Amino acid sequence: MSEAVPSLSAPPLLKVEHLSMRFGGLLAVDDVSFHAQDGEITAIIGPNGAGKTTVFNCLTGFYRPTSGRCALRHRDGSEVLLERYESYQISRRGRVARTFQNVRLFPRMTVLENLLVAQHKMLMRASWWTVGGIFNLPGYRRASAYAVERACHYLELVELLPRADDEAGELPYGAQRRLEIARAICADPVLLCLDEPAAGLNPSESNELRELLRKLREDEKIGILLIEHDMSVVMGISDHIVVLDHGSKIAEGVPQAVAANPRVIAAYLGEEESDEEATGNGASGGAKGNGASNGATSGGATGSGASNEATDKGVES
Amino acid sequence: MSYREGSVVAYFLQQLVNGVTLGSVYGLIALGYTMVYGIIGMINFAHGEIYMIGAFVAVIGFTLFAGVPLVLALLLVLILATLVTGFYGWTLERVAYRPLRGSFRLAPLIAAIGMSIFLQNYVQLAQGARIKPVPPKIEGGLTLLVQEGFAARVSYLQICILLLTLLLMAALTWMIHGTSFGRQQRACEQDKVMAALLGVNVDRTISMTFVTGAILAAVAGVLVTLYYGVVDFFIGFLAGVKAFTAAVLGGIGSIPGAMVGGLLIGLIEAFWAGYFSTEWKDVAAFSILVIVLIFRPSGIFGRPEVEKV
Amino acid sequence: MSDSASQSAGASGASPTGASPAGGMRSGGGGERQVLSAFPPLDIPAIIRELAFTTLIASALVFPLLTLRTVDSVEGLYIESRWMVSFMAVALVVAGRLGLILLRYGKMIYAAVGGVVAILAAFFLPVPSLFEVILVAGGAILALRALVDLFLVVRQISPSARAEFRDRGGVWVRRVLPWAAGLAVVFAIVLPFMPFSSRYLIDVGVLILTYVLLGWGLNIIVGYAGLLDLGYVAFYAVGAYSYALLAYYFDFSFWICLPLAGLLSASFGLLLGFPVLRLRGDYFAIVTLGFGEIIRLILINWFRFTNGPDGISSIPRPSFFGIAEFARKPKSDLPSFHETFGLAFSSEHRLIFLYYLVLVLAALVAAFTLRVRNLPLGRAWEALREDDVASASLGISRTSIKLAAFGISATWGGIAGSFFATRQGFISPESFTFIESAIILSIVVLGGMGSLTGIACAAVLLIGLPEVFRELVEYRMVTFGGGLVLIMIWRPRGLLSFREPSIRLLDRRGRLRFAVAGRGVGESLCAGATGGATGDTTSGATSDTTSGATSEATSGTTGGVGR
Repeated sequence: MSEAVPSLSAPPLLKVEHLSMRFGGLLAVDDVSFHAQDGEITAIIGPNGAGKTTVFNCLTGFYRPTSGRCALRHRDGSEVLLERYESYQISRRGRVARTFQNVRLFPRMTVLENLLVAQHKMLMRASWWTVGGIFNLPGYRRASAYAVERACHYLELVELLPRADDEAGELPYGAQRRLEIARAICADPVLLCLDEPAAGLNPSESNELRELLRKLREDEKIGILLIEHDMSVVMGISDHIVVLDHGSKIAEGVPQAVAANPRVIAAYLGEEESDEEATGNGASGGAKGNGASNGATSGGATGSGASNEATDKGVES
Repeated sequence: MSYREGSVVAYFLQQLVNGVTLGSVYGLIALGYTMVYGIIGMINFAHGEIYMIGAFVAVIGFTLFAGVPLVLALLLVLILATLVTGFYGWTLERVAYRPLRGSFRLAPLIAAIGMSIFLQNYVQLAQGARIKPVPPKIEGGLTLLVQEGFAARVSYLQICILLLTLLLMAALTWMIHGTSFGRQQRACEQDKVMAALLGVNVDRTISMTFVTGAILAAVAGVLVTLYYGVVDFFIGFLAGVKAFTAAVLGGIGSIPGAMVGGLLIGLIEAFWAGYFSTEWKDVAAFSILVIVLIFRPSGIFGRPEVEKV
Repeated sequence: MSDSASQSAGASGASPTGASPAGGMRSGGGGERQVLSAFPPLDIPAIIRELAFTTLIASALVFPLLTLRTVDSVEGLYIESRWMVSFMAVALVVAGRLGLILLRYGKMIYAAVGGVVAILAAFFLPVPSLFEVILVAGGAILALRALVDLFLVVRQISPSARAEFRDRGGVWVRRVLPWAAGLAVVFAIVLPFMPFSSRYLIDVGVLILTYVLLGWGLNIIVGYAGLLDLGYVAFYAVGAYSYALLAYYFDFSFWICLPLAGLLSASFGLLLGFPVLRLRGDYFAIVTLGFGEIIRLILINWFRFTNGPDGISSIPRPSFFGIAEFARKPKSDLPSFHETFGLAFSSEHRLIFLYYLVLVLAALVAAFTLRVRNLPLGRAWEALREDDVASASLGISRTSIKLAAFGISATWGGIAGSFFATRQGFISPESFTFIESAIILSIVVLGGMGSLTGIACAAVLLIGLPEVFRELVEYRMVTFGGGLVLIMIWRPRGLLSFREPSIRLLDRRGRLRFAVAGRGVGESLCAGATGGATGDTTSGATSDTTSGATSEATSGTTGGVGR
């Protein structure tokens, strides 16, 4: 966490200020503000229905926030306001890439094609909006080779290079998750938004994911924004954590501080019980409850007494 | 149209009566679209053909019971038509929809288009391509208003159509809100998996929804046969499109919406034909369809959809 | 009718319980049984119940409409009854259901015998021609299915081995397909000069190729972009009327009109597409249907401009590239074709010319489509079809990409339309009904959305076969309709639905097709950029400035490549 200290003085990569989102009578996100730094992993956590994905959808142009501002600083120092863009402009103008809670690949296209689609804008320009591409002009050939090159690099990073020519839908679930992350980075973002990347993964896959995220932070130097239920992923690798509950921010800080925050324990872990009850009803997959309890234990392993207590509470009640 | 100068009110009244009559028939067909859409979220493209089959059964029935007293014949034809189209509705669901649940998005729509073409041409093969004339059965009517030599009239048949439509609407409302089938149907609309877990026979409920829609369409078919006096194998297409427009206009999935939408489409068509030109009235219907779908796909009573991510 | 009812039998046969919501689901591929050896024990009462139920349904569907035919006479309608036909239809349905039941209970030998009996019955019993076809086809399918099942049981082939067998078959088909397609192209080229070739055959060839052209055009919207366009005939009509009206009012020649018709149709497509493309799948389908009908109604009603329902006749025929005319005595100042080339006059010359013209147009469309498919535009179409939300998140503008598909597809439709106009010499709104759209759609859907070969095969089947079996021509539309339903149930992706990837890292022999064996190999291609992109030079460094610089280098190169 020591690396995080110098970058705090730098201007933040993403500034979310007073973000609110209202659906009819429901205030899904209520006046949320937080910052995310470049080269860091910022996690947004919170119980089900806390508004995490809604924040994501506002950042990535799928929803237009009712009020508030999301400013992203690009590498050249300019600032863009993400809430002004349509979803398809986010990737190019906003330079934000995202993954989805339930993996959204192009299942009947190959792994390699998935990554080439992510480089659509660059290739489109290089093919002169198809006119040059039809005649296979050298400029397009070069761009195409470069795109394959990049795709292969990221495939290697997520250990999928040998399966480059297989249909994406045929990959096992964990590999699909990794491919989705690779596809997002291929779009060349400054901010990468991952929506519950560990959902549905088994413990060893979730470990691999943690390694992958760490590697991405080191190699790519991009800001990563993460929504996660699996506390073991969050606690282990986040530099900064934002906790949401019922649409508003209840805590923010480095993992230890957040884990020790009594409001977080009360809201998050207290809520967790009802979450598990809901799981018991057979509604949505057991993965979440499983992941969360898993996380609580490993939070204890990092040495935070508070979350240890919390685990005990959870077990007792 | 030459009456118009001196008989504005009477002429208007006549168009109103015609429009409401036409509209209630469209409303009956639209109910089938809207109910099916409500429960499985798909457009039953072949619904227009079900209505056409209803009309053909009516033609056959009226020919068959030519010697029977009118009221009895009417009753028999109605029973026969609803029975036969009910079977067609059931088979339609069984063939073109049930095996395709879980297939790709457009598969049921393509299959339904296939069924529509199939049924249309089956009827053409079985009954011939010629227009079938049916002599008027219910004649006479009431004069509402005479103005400058133009009489606004409402025929007994129009009254019959309105009354029958009202009766069916009341019965449908009671069925949806007062019977266990209605409860099951509403449950399936909300959440099929949960309904199944609670012991609702989802397959049967969907089948019965198709059958209900088909029965309403059959009644519409019988009424139209009486009203226009001619039927051919192609009427299902246009009526289907118009009724679908009505369902969308009212907000697809909403039962009162379908009825209101049907009335609106009927009125628009009647007034368009009465004040502008009959040739362009189908263009008007299609234009409304396109405009509503583009600018207000949720209709009058529907709620706009939020894209799920 | 029996078609549909026997299908209903098949569908309900798949879910005998019918209680679970997923009970009726079938995963394509003809309903394979998981455990082959474990057939359910024979349950006679259940079978009888099932058959009785089938009889009831089939009778309800068949008797009222088929038996009691209303016939016009001077005194009004009277009823002519045709009990025989109806009984046969019901019997056919019940027999089909029985066959499926036999298969379900593992009585393969009975089923095979039944199939053979059905075929024999078709030859020896005096049944109408349609029933003959159904009996033969149904009997053959039943017997084959039974024999395959029997083979699998006798040889104890497990389901997984079966799947592998099927996969190998698929690979084989994929490998053979390009060769078959090549052969077909060669055959199409030499067809007019074959000894067995005749005027009629070439005429059918032109017809089929027109539909191939239309199918390939529609395929861009339906197969690639995944949008169900039910009004494709509108573009066809716009193309045909553009040529007819331009030639009528301005005396433009065919060779100027052909690209003009394409352009007009394309701009028309863009105009329509703009408001429409935001709509969800099924609404999109209905709106395009609406537009198609509006165009047709305008053509009918705008009498002064389009000559209404009477259509436009004596549309000029194309000249030989503006050099010569095909008429015996040309009306224009062009010389006649046979004199220019020193041939004896034959009316077949024009026909052969038209044949090659449509062949070249089709080849053009195929070349274009195959090329665009490998470009970012084509991949974006497919990405949108697969998942439009994910596509948007990757910077693909849904509207403009779909609009491109719409425009290109409309262009091909328009070109096909003006070819149609010049071939017929006469057009009227009658030619552009919804049924025409449905036929083109069936060709695309049956052939396999996205597969050019499949679509060409389907065009040959759907357009060519009815021409060959003339006596069955009145059953054509019934078969189309039934075929669409069956295809959706058995092979929803179409007959030939293999998807060739637009790009491969390894070729068939497993060699790399790109110089990307490992990190930084491509550095020579994009010097400097790959270092930053691959990141291995900066893996140790962590300062912010380095990262910023690297990223700039990357994006700089991206831009540079773009230029």
